[in-house]
Amino acid sequence: MTTATLRAPSATEHLNIVIVGHVDHGKSTLLGRLYADTGSLPEGKLDKVREICRRQGKEFEYAFLFDAFLEEQEQGITIDTARTFFKWAGRHYIIIDAPGHKEFLKNMVSGAARAEAALLAIDAYEGVKEQSKKHGYLLSLLGIRQVAVVVNKMDLVGYRQDVFGAIETEYRTFLAQLKVTPERFVPVSAKLGDNIAKPSAHMPWYTGPTVLETLGLFRKETARERQTLRFPVQDVYKFDARRIITGRIAAGRIKVGDRLIFSPSNKSATVKTIEAFNVEPVPTEATAGQSTGITLDEQIFIMRGEIAAHEDSAPLVSTTFRCNLFWMGRRPLEAGKKYLLRLATREVECEVVAIHRIIDTTDLAGREVKASVGRNEVAELTIRTKAPITFDLYSDFEVTGRFVLVDQYDVSGGGIVTEAVRDEQTVLREEARRRDIAWVKGDVGAEDRARYFGHRAALVLITGARHTGKSLLARRLEVRLVADGRHTYLLDAANLRRGLDADLSEEDTGEIVRRFGEVARLLMDTGLIVVSTTNALGGADHQAIRTLVHPTPVIAVHMSKGDEAPPPDTDLAFAGPKDFDAIADQVMEELKRRGVLAQAIGAKPQFHYSI
Amino acid sequence: MDLHLRQLEDQSVYILREAYKHFDNLAMLWSMGKDSTALLWLTRKAFFGHVPFPLIHIDTSYKIPAMIEYRDRIAREWRLNLVIGQNKEALANGMNHTLGRVECCTALKTNGLKNLIAEKGYTGIILGVRADEEGTRAKERYFSPRDKHGDWDFREQPPELWDQFKTAFPEGTHIRIHPLLDWTEINIWEYIRAENIPIIDLYFDKGDGTRYRSLGCAPCTFPIKSTAKTIDEIIEELRNTNVAERSGRAQDEGRGMELLRKDGYM
Repeated sequence: MTTATLRAPSATEHLNIVIVGHVDHGKSTLLGRLYADTGSLPEGKLDKVREICRRQGKEFEYAFLFDAFLEEQEQGITIDTARTFFKWAGRHYIIIDAPGHKEFLKNMVSGAARAEAALLAIDAYEGVKEQSKKHGYLLSLLGIRQVAVVVNKMDLVGYRQDVFGAIETEYRTFLAQLKVTPERFVPVSAKLGDNIAKPSAHMPWYTGPTVLETLGLFRKETARERQTLRFPVQDVYKFDARRIITGRIAAGRIKVGDRLIFSPSNKSATVKTIEAFNVEPVPTEATAGQSTGITLDEQIFIMRGEIAAHEDSAPLVSTTFRCNLFWMGRRPLEAGKKYLLRLATREVECEVVAIHRIIDTTDLAGREVKASVGRNEVAELTIRTKAPITFDLYSDFEVTGRFVLVDQYDVSGGGIVTEAVRDEQTVLREEARRRDIAWVKGDVGAEDRARYFGHRAALVLITGARHTGKSLLARRLEVRLVADGRHTYLLDAANLRRGLDADLSEEDTGEIVRRFGEVARLLMDTGLIVVSTTNALGGADHQAIRTLVHPTPVIAVHMSKGDEAPPPDTDLAFAGPKDFDAIADQVMEELKRRGVLAQAIGAKPQFHYSI
Repeated sequence: MDLHLRQLEDQSVYILREAYKHFDNLAMLWSMGKDSTALLWLTRKAFFGHVPFPLIHIDTSYKIPAMIEYRDRIAREWRLNLVIGQNKEALANGMNHTLGRVECCTALKTNGLKNLIAEKGYTGIILGVRADEEGTRAKERYFSPRDKHGDWDFREQPPELWDQFKTAFPEGTHIRIHPLLDWTEINIWEYIRAENIPIIDLYFDKGDGTRYRSLGCAPCTFPIKSTAKTIDEIIEELRNTNVAERSGRAQDEGRGMELLRKDGYM
């Protein structure tokens, strides 16, 4: 192939490439040779490294050019990924040299995760090894679809076509199981420069592109702009008069005038402006990949971690999903243990509820089921988050379909979502979403009410057995809050039974709970703090109520006589004899902590009566 | 703006916003050079004209005087919260480059910074280092932890994937944040030109056929032979050179940078 047949890349095109493969299969040598043979090294670098080798009495290797750490040169292995910059035929490349030793798999992943295409090196003499396969598997998991295989050290096998052919057949079969189709296989000797920048005279049987030409054949992927919108909220700024919602667009585009739905809160608003510093003229749209900022036509309260989308293509919301995950932690991943999950900008506590199988990356077979996943292992899991999160399947959206797990201080695992699992709340959650998206709003928004009332809406849910003082606390709390100028209402589930639920029988618990949740939701939409005792309702019902009133804050207060453990998600628990005023004080403190009684939105409201 | 520059800008802005979100006590190093000034500009991009954290200048007392004038002018115009750190003890004891370049850098820059971090309790420090500057920086992370002594354990760097950065760390340690890692020297100049960022004039030839390509302390930084008088001419010159950017920086000789950076140098 001649350079004339290569597609001419645009002058400003940049591509990130990673070089992976088993330890000692010649990745760093390949990179060094590529630079040397194209005259891309800084002046004097080659001579300097040759001189160091001479002084140390060892043979010069091209690998030394990028193994910057003394220790790397002494041991002759790459420890950590290096970014190098390379320009050829008008196109710019960042070439990432990843370590091949299995000890440094996390470094390989760090390097490969930011690549758009990969060169995978296999030693012709040693053939396909463990890390050749593991790296191939991780490339597919990391979503790198453009892979070219470089069969290196052909000089050690006498440049034989049959050796090359056998490796190609073996490795192609392996990649096919991962649904990865390699672009091509290139036989090379990095050490001697065969088929790196120039075609080799030793292998006339090979007529395909050199490694250098292979780089030029990798395509720049730009499809994300054409997908539907995914905009994870990174932060909300109020440095001046503007309230700017910032984030990086994961897919699609945002235009002024677009109606956005934020998930999981289901709040919606219209884009008023696209904000930017030192950009003329002021932009009216932003596209995938851009770190942008928007203002909305109404003040809605949204937080980091929500994902904005257009109404007709909302992302998934659940607490449970199935995934493929690779683990890099110092300690094994254990079922039942709590981890922090980070997906786009959302952070939430999670638990591994099931380890379905550990995948052996050498033959892709499932091994025996274990209760933990060891370092550098890959597994299929089901994960459950403490609160509902917004996500997509990885096959639909890359950025919102992948996540990491944090163990203590460290990012320790990376995973891709393969399947959303319905949880107990799915039906009600979908009802709430349909209702919220279609909700007809007046001109007074929740933020306006908060400003006038001096507080936000909330539900104080008081739980506990009979005769623990729930009702007394609820009454005291209502009195105290109203005396303090806060708009509060005591909602007793029993009141609904006589009127709204008069058509229902005692057995219709699901519907009783649903109606209670919808009434609470309606009252809170008017800006009220709703205080409720729910003798009739059990733990599962509380979850249903939370789903229906989401994302309004719920403060769960548990009352007991003895030392029984409070239900999960309890915010405040009180046992034994009680001082109801002291408890009311604590509940009010909790309301402040949760931003319901925020000092910032007017300490004490002013009322003006006219007669 | 060129698509690649925009992508670099988007990534840097994302990193700056992550840093601002996750670190309560954050600061940025500003040396008045082209890189950290471009970084300062990116900060104004990220925060819509505001700079919501202090800027640190580690003053070795050996800086070129024009740099200090430039620093004070920009700080005034952009309303910056400037924090100046200086290792007064080492200076009082007469530290200078003739006692050894690595020793001098360690005392006045590395330890000057470490002292300030300890005094102010910063948990996140944003720096303008780039991967193409020299070998050990090519192996850095965007969010790179430093231990209690400020040291860099390059053998045990955290995994970094999918823009999920290391933002949790034990008490007493801190994180170095590197938003410019993917930028090259030419990218920086192209961005300065595209955004019209006011840059110190030491980078330009003013008639004597020399200019600075990299700025540091006066005794250890040497101008290069160049007649580039404008940003366009600098970019043209860089496109045609094979000479390393930091060839005018004496502390890089031998294994100087690896040793310096392991102990917490920028």
